[in-house]
Amino acid sequence: MNTGPAIEVTHLRKSYGTTVAVDDVSFEVAPGEIFGLLGPNGAGKTNTIECAVGLRSPDSGTVRVLGLDPLADRERLHQIVGVQLQASALPGVAKVGEILGLYRSFYPQPADVGVLVRVLGLAGKLNNYYRSLSGGQKQRLSIALALIGRPKIAMLDEMTTGLDPQARRDTWDLIEGVRDRGATIVLVTHSMEEAERLCDRVALLDRGRIVAMDSPAGLAQQAGGSQRVRFVPSGSFDDQLLTRLPEVRGVERHGRHVTVSGSGDLVSAVILALASAGLTAGGLQVESATLEDAFMRLTGRHLDGEGMVPRS
Amino acid sequence: MSTRSSLLPAGTPREAFREMVRYETRLALRIPRGLFAGVFVPTMLLVLFGSIPSTNRPMKVLGGLTYFDVYVPVFLALVIAAIGLIGLPVPLASYREHGILRRLSTTPAPPAWVLAAQLILNLRFVAMELVLLLVVATAGFSLAAPKSPGGLALALALAIAALFSIGLWISAIARTERTAGGLAVACFFPMMYFAGLFYPRAEMAKALVDIGNFTPIGAAVQAIQSALLDGFPPIEPLLVLSAYALIFAALAVRFFRWE
Repeated sequence: MNTGPAIEVTHLRKSYGTTVAVDDVSFEVAPGEIFGLLGPNGAGKTNTIECAVGLRSPDSGTVRVLGLDPLADRERLHQIVGVQLQASALPGVAKVGEILGLYRSFYPQPADVGVLVRVLGLAGKLNNYYRSLSGGQKQRLSIALALIGRPKIAMLDEMTTGLDPQARRDTWDLIEGVRDRGATIVLVTHSMEEAERLCDRVALLDRGRIVAMDSPAGLAQQAGGSQRVRFVPSGSFDDQLLTRLPEVRGVERHGRHVTVSGSGDLVSAVILALASAGLTAGGLQVESATLEDAFMRLTGRHLDGEGMVPRS
Repeated sequence: MSTRSSLLPAGTPREAFREMVRYETRLALRIPRGLFAGVFVPTMLLVLFGSIPSTNRPMKVLGGLTYFDVYVPVFLALVIAAIGLIGLPVPLASYREHGILRRLSTTPAPPAWVLAAQLILNLRFVAMELVLLLVVATAGFSLAAPKSPGGLALALALAIAALFSIGLWISAIARTERTAGGLAVACFFPMMYFAGLFYPRAEMAKALVDIGNFTPIGAAVQAIQSALLDGFPPIEPLLVLSAYALIFAALAVRFFRWE
């Protein structure tokens, strides 16, 4: 059995003319892991994936997927890797059931099509032409095709872009199920919600480079301001009351609201300090730092772009 | 490497390829781009022509042949031209344009299978339609048994090779489905003119006939008509068809791109 990493990317580099799309990217993905490539548009996520599935040849660096070279061992690689591409089409006059039947025939031990279409909400669409599907339905079919061969590794590019919230949650459950039967999953996403919900580890990409790689919680920790406490105090007080606390890094006021950022046991430190001044904190809200904060701190830029899933 | 390759399942490429041929055939029947011009039109024209009494009278202007005699080879060539020039390349160009070949190239099925499947299903359509036309013309109407069955088979085979090569070349150089369709039609109508679809070659000016002899469908009609009515076809049209087949196959291979 393969005991090494499922995917091993070393010093990957890919440029187009003077534009460097992927710049010295290295990472490993362990078997059974859900690994996320997170970053804004143009960060190099899709190029990295396309090098990993043999659709592009890197300028330099190496990619190994279950020990296989994606270019030299393309054929064998594609038997064990399921791919969902961002822009991929199918013939408009093909029916959903026919497409699934064709792709199913490529693999020796395909997944149960009935289960797959039920989970992805396509069960009633098998006789529909591809061209009659909505954007979300096409997206779900594309996910089904990536998973139909029971891949050992699934690489999914912008898997839930364009899906409604319920379909997105169903898809996440499906991906977790696929991982639970032992598959390794690489997700390209610019949805922080998706990365936080699914990924064991995340690589943050910006302008072709990996700027950080850790678990979503670890990245948020790295971002430093691991917590924010927001409240309306019952009376006025001097900022010093809080800023002198070791847990507190900063205090901001917006009208009656006070926002305290810091780390450690921030909430109790703040409440105790207020109590000692005879004050209480009304409408207390606690926020943990997110991948968005981590990205902001590491790159000084927002992790947004078209199709970003708004945080509720 | 050997331990890792044991992880890899043995595929069933033969069954998968058969499935792809079935699938592509269903799609081809669903948008019958080439099949309308290549199956419906020739069958209809043949039945119409055969049913008009005057087309079965020997004509002095045709050198003693009937219009039916003269038009059967044209209808046979029409089948090959429509399917080879339109039915074969247009879906391939469309698949490339829309990223369908790219999507397939991430599965165990090589995109070359699509090309092979298109060749197979279009060859089947051509073969079935040629046989149907010959049977209807012989059994239903006044076509005599071919003078040289072997010569007829050879002429038809070379015509198929020539027109399918040109079709593949179209699919190789056309970036979009629209370009492929435009190029196909731009080849199809002039070629069919020289082949005598719009009025018989026997009534054309000699210069037009000479030019026609060097067009693929003109050469095909010449060879098919000889094999049906006279005997083994002359070498010139067979050489012309072979040259088209080789040159355009080479160009298609040289320029074909999957993306």
